[in-house]
Amino acid sequence: MSSHGLPILRLKHISKRFGQAVANDDISLDLARGEVLALLGENGAGKSTLVSILFGHYLADQGEVEAFGRTLPPGDPKAALAAGIGMVHQHFTLADNLSVLDNVMLGLEPLWRWKSSRALIRKRLLEACGQYGLQVEPDAFVKALSVGERQRVEILKALVRGAKVLILDEPTAVLTPQESDGLFSTLNAMVQKGLSIIFITHKLGEVMRVADRIAVLRNGQLIGVFDKANASPAQLAELMVGRKIDSPRLSGALNGALNGALNGALNGALSGARGSGHSAAQSTAQSSAIKSSPSSTPMASDSDGPVISSAPILMQMNAVKALAFQVRAGEILAIAGVAGNGQQTLAHAVEQRRDWIEQGLARIPEDRTHVGVVGDANLIENAVLHRLNDPRFLCGPKWLHFFGFLNRKAMREAANEIVARFDVRAQALEQPMRTLSGGNIQKFILGRELGGKPTMVIANQPTWGLDVGATAYIHQQILDARERGAAVLLISEDLDEIWAIADRVAVIFKGQLSEAKPIADWTTASLGLAMAGQA
Amino acid sequence: MRLIRRDQSSRLALVFAPIAAVLFTLMVCSALVAWAKVPVLQTYGLLFEGAFGSRFALSETLTRAVPLIFTGLSAAVAFRARLFNIGAEGQLYAGALAAVAVGGSQVGEGFAISDSVLFLGMILCGMLAGALMLIGPALLKAKFSVDEVVTTLLLNFIVLLFVSAMLDGPMKDPAGMGWPQSVALKGELEFSKLLEKTRLHTGLLWALGAVLVVTIINRFTRLGLQMRSVGSNLEASGFLGLPVNAVLIKTALISGALAGLAGVSEVAGRTSYVTLDMSPGYGYTGIVIAMLAGLSPIGVVVASVFVAGMLVGADAMSRVVAVPTYIADVIVAVSLIAMLVAAMLIQFKVQWTLSKKSLS
Repeated sequence: MSSHGLPILRLKHISKRFGQAVANDDISLDLARGEVLALLGENGAGKSTLVSILFGHYLADQGEVEAFGRTLPPGDPKAALAAGIGMVHQHFTLADNLSVLDNVMLGLEPLWRWKSSRALIRKRLLEACGQYGLQVEPDAFVKALSVGERQRVEILKALVRGAKVLILDEPTAVLTPQESDGLFSTLNAMVQKGLSIIFITHKLGEVMRVADRIAVLRNGQLIGVFDKANASPAQLAELMVGRKIDSPRLSGALNGALNGALNGALNGALSGARGSGHSAAQSTAQSSAIKSSPSSTPMASDSDGPVISSAPILMQMNAVKALAFQVRAGEILAIAGVAGNGQQTLAHAVEQRRDWIEQGLARIPEDRTHVGVVGDANLIENAVLHRLNDPRFLCGPKWLHFFGFLNRKAMREAANEIVARFDVRAQALEQPMRTLSGGNIQKFILGRELGGKPTMVIANQPTWGLDVGATAYIHQQILDARERGAAVLLISEDLDEIWAIADRVAVIFKGQLSEAKPIADWTTASLGLAMAGQA
Repeated sequence: MRLIRRDQSSRLALVFAPIAAVLFTLMVCSALVAWAKVPVLQTYGLLFEGAFGSRFALSETLTRAVPLIFTGLSAAVAFRARLFNIGAEGQLYAGALAAVAVGGSQVGEGFAISDSVLFLGMILCGMLAGALMLIGPALLKAKFSVDEVVTTLLLNFIVLLFVSAMLDGPMKDPAGMGWPQSVALKGELEFSKLLEKTRLHTGLLWALGAVLVVTIINRFTRLGLQMRSVGSNLEASGFLGLPVNAVLIKTALISGALAGLAGVSEVAGRTSYVTLDMSPGYGYTGIVIAMLAGLSPIGVVVASVFVAGMLVGADAMSRVVAVPTYIADVIVAVSLIAMLVAAMLIQFKVQWTLSKKSLS
């Protein structure tokens, strides 16, 4: 699919430091017309810094960027745009309360002009839609769109501006497998038409599917550039991490996913579901509410009986539906599904159950930086915030507890235990939580929640956006909790994760839960059908 | 030009940023002084002399700082928990009115209540009145997410009108010759003087005591941690099971009580009776002070003395040279902006973009 001709984009000896840290160390890369270049690396390897320099968000300490034979002025995104470089950020830059067309137009028109070029831009937008098979309704409001559709709008924004090079920063991090497939076929169409793409990711499976060449970054250094034909996933993984990955169960699953069998099956299964009312269901799902959840007996002492047993949780989607499930002690029940089918309602219903929390439900929330921890508080404080009523963390005799003087020593010990046992990399316990990396924050949350040896665990997207090393570690901890006899409810949109650690799988679609079957009874095809609501 | 977050804010910057901000402020304001065709250095000299130059000047500055410390603390406590209490002005008047209602010279005559009990009652009722003013907005925020900025701000006007009605009605001073002022506080209940032949009263000690209490709450107690947690991340606090609404209510009680104390200490320490102009906007200046102080209780003391010094010094200065006292307001306002910029520069460093010379 690629024609390795003259490079249209050259990065020459780019170096960038942030204080002590070297984000990019003398990196040189070329991009040819009509090729997909993957930037592969763990979080913090310097991928995002490199493209930020390319796009003019950052100033490089050394080196320069050449596009179509001309050097780009450093630190000038407008010049990069004018040179035909478009960027789709990981976090979208869309105005929710405007229509798709308005969003595309933003910034294209000068403020002081009588005549609007709305009709012209609409024409160009529709052309771009047709050309690359991107289906978007120009007059739909962005807030009504699914995440996948929003990403399409971002891509269209770049295309309408005449982008010839498209940079995608972790584009699949926010997508479901099905949406990812859609994205990959779009990318294919673009490359056929002569566009070039830089694809940033840490997922090996995606690299092997879409990339023509793969540049591996580690600790700010370019480890090597490989043609896909000459690269094996195992070799790339090792280069990326810098060591062997030790969880055998996980790497087996990883390789399995890499075969590509998964995606073909899903593509077929979902093509029918895509058009029909998908986004409508999504928006109602987000505003859905729990009507009632009469209590039931969540705990059972015998290990055979169900441990987390939701009495019907009423979900209001298109209609009010009841949803119930049971998780037995010592098993991981995974809830699979396309984003926005009621997972969040379900997760909140379980996470907020006071009686379960009191019985020691360990909760690993989806948004680890904003919900899981208080970013401005330090590690010591975050270790005990959820159990400040525990007299262990108060000073002095009982009558003094009314005033709530904190026992810093006991708090420190609690934090120390989490940091030591769960391998949290921090410089000091007094460091604000937000200064930790995503992986370390998640390990800290895991330590806080799993340290008390809970009998029930709910993990909502526990490895979302984490690198391979952290993902393997977190999977191992969840498996360990299961071995100790905990009932684990895993909500995940990541099929790799479900294949790796789930015992039973149920699929959620438009607020309804399919029958939970052992993982062995599922195939990728049957999972895909269930996720599309066609089971 | 772009801002880059510093990896670590340097200690040097931490110490010198406020000093630089003050110097910058004086430089900017010297243009205004020069515009009034007055020698700049002499004017500033008079300003500082008037604020800190003598025993009397210093006592006046500290007297002025007392209500500012209270209202500054009130704002600092509330803002830390993200409860934006703009109503310290109204709470101050409520506290002052309550103090006179309890300890006024005509009140409770015929009852045999000892002065010490009455004194305690005056303090507590003043705090309670201020706290009650804020409890309504806090409950509305907790239950119905009503914006407390709007409710507390508007309550200020309601309280002022209520005070006005009281001063012209039931609490009117019969000896006031028609002047709208309340009955006077009993002489026995007034704060004693700290320095002889000055107006400086023991309210300063109450204020410093309040600073100590707030510091202890912030640093060493569960409530302090909960307030900070709720203020910095409401969603996570709720998820982690913190009693968010209870924390908000407690914050409101503390903040309102502090502002109420400002009113009590003004009545008991300085004015003896409530008038409609007893506070030249101490409640609003408290917000500025809290921001200048970066919400730190100790910082509130420093900022209050600075602002009070500017106000008192400007009065003294304007008696000698032809610069209006409004220069004090300008200095305080500019110093706030300069301090906020300085606070930002502690966290970020500025990198100037190279010109486009690399376009070859």
